[in-house]
Parts: sequence; C-alpha cells; structure tokens
Amino acid sequence: MSGWLEQTQPLQGLAGGLLIGLAAAVILLGSGRIAGVSGIAARAVRLNPGGMPRGEALAFLVGLPLGAAIVSALAHQPRAEFASPALLIAAGLAVGIGTRLGSGCTSGHGVCGVSRLSGRSLVATAVFMMSGIATVALTNALGAGS
Amino acid sequence: MSAARLIPPLISGSLFGAGLGLGGMTDPARVRGFLDLFGRWDPTLAFVMAGAVLVMAIAWAIQRRMERPALAESFALPDARHIDAPLIGGAALFGIGWGLAGLCPGPALASLALAPLEVLPFLAAMLAGMAIHHRVTSPPRIPALQGQ
Repeated sequence: MSGWLEQTQPLQGLAGGLLIGLAAAVILLGSGRIAGVSGIAARAVRLNPGGMPRGEALAFLVGLPLGAAIVSALAHQPRAEFASPALLIAAGLAVGIGTRLGSGCTSGHGVCGVSRLSGRSLVATAVFMMSGIATVALTNALGAGS
Repeated sequence: MSAARLIPPLISGSLFGAGLGLGGMTDPARVRGFLDLFGRWDPTLAFVMAGAVLVMAIAWAIQRRMERPALAESFALPDARHIDAPLIGGAALFGIGWGLAGLCPGPALASLALAPLEVLPFLAAMLAGMAIHHRVTSPPRIPALQGQ
C-alpha cells in the first residue's frame, strides 16, 4: 500500500455513483423533489417543516440501510472502522446543525444541486469540501484522527 | 396518502443505499481518504460524485421538459439564489463533522444495516444537532396556532 492508485476503486465508485444518481432521479422525476438525505432525515423526525410527506421520508430512510445490506450480502466487504464514540458525537452534532443551517449535505447540494448548476449548491459543496479537507489535515497532524 | 406513493422513495432509498455501499462510501476510512488531500489521497469519492452528477444532469434535462412529476401533483424544488452566511457557515460546520468522522447523513443511515452500534452515537448526535437548529430557528409557539 504505497500509492493512492492501489486503494482507489474507480469502477466501483463510478457504478455506485450511477446508482446514487438514479436514486436521486427517481425522487426528482417521480416525486418532484430533491433527494437530500439531511432534509429527508429531519423531515422524518418532524424537525423540518418543509419537504416531502413524512411517510415518504420514512420510506426513503428504510430503503437506505436495505440497499446497503443487499450490496453487503452480495459483495464481501471488509468491516469498516469507526472513530471513537466521543469523536462520533462531536461530528454528529456538527453534521446535524451544519446541514440544517446550510440547507443540505453531500446529496442535496453535492449531487442534486451541483448537477442543476445551482449557485448556492456549488458554493456549499466547495465550502464543505475545503472544510473537510482542512479538518482531516488538522486531525492527522494532531494524531487524533480515526 | 396512498401506499403507492411510498414506492418511489423506498426504491430510491434502496438504490441510494446500494450505491453508497458499492462505491465504498459506507467506509469512513475511504471518505476520510478522499479528504486527505495532503496525505494518502484516495479519489474514489470523486468517481462516486461524477457518476451521480452525470445521471442527475440528464434527469434535470428531462425534468425541464416535464409539466409535473410522474407521481405527484407538482414539482416542489428549492428556488433560493442568495449566498448568505447560514449557507457558508452551515456548510463549513458540516465539513468539519464530515472530516472528523468520515460520515455524512446518507452513509451514516445506510450503515445502520452494517454497523448499527458503531454508527448510533453519530446518528443520535446528528438528530440532536438538527433538533437544536430547529429549536433555535423556529418561531416561538403561539398556543392559538397549535394543532393546525
């Protein structure tokens, strides 16, 4: 494991991305809405006054782990490692507040908004990418990364 | 609401979760690897984004020619254009959490099927964060308006 080419999975990544795009297209062309996971999650727990009907939000959220479980059953994947619970709680708080304040996350801004060439989404995506890169660089330098 | 309207979001959520799993996005190390631009960079996430944006660009082109969505009365799409402090500050804060854990909302929820106990503290805190935001930004409740 020396260079980045060895760990990169361009084909699986591209195939996964096509499925995600298809998923977002079903919501856009079928339900007429943006498939933004943070907004849908907030909607499901009554923390988002707008968005799709609550039943539809819950159905989407049931699908997410279902789809991941199907892939996991078909393709053997190594068990992922997660950060410490304390770090996960801090990260979760930042993600929860940040996605609601910024009106979206990787799916709503990064996929749906960028492909629509929305100015707000292009700016938000650039900002959260830069912020994420800075955070990883900083935690790696401090040796506190997961 | 008719049960038929639950089918598109259920299919969409499943495709979404499958795509995240296939693309390796349910592995926080891979996501942090993408953000590790100054270390051992793993560009897999860029391929995931490229694939998703490609399909969605086609979907937007189709959407512009449709009068209404296939299974709903009308399109309900965001129309805000202003770039303001909440957008930038929120995105920056989200990026910090994303970088710390290597998790964003989609992969975290999809991981409920793969590593439920590990991902639970993140999801609980994420919902708490959403509740804090909701509490701070919602107008105070007026008794006469309750129960609408």
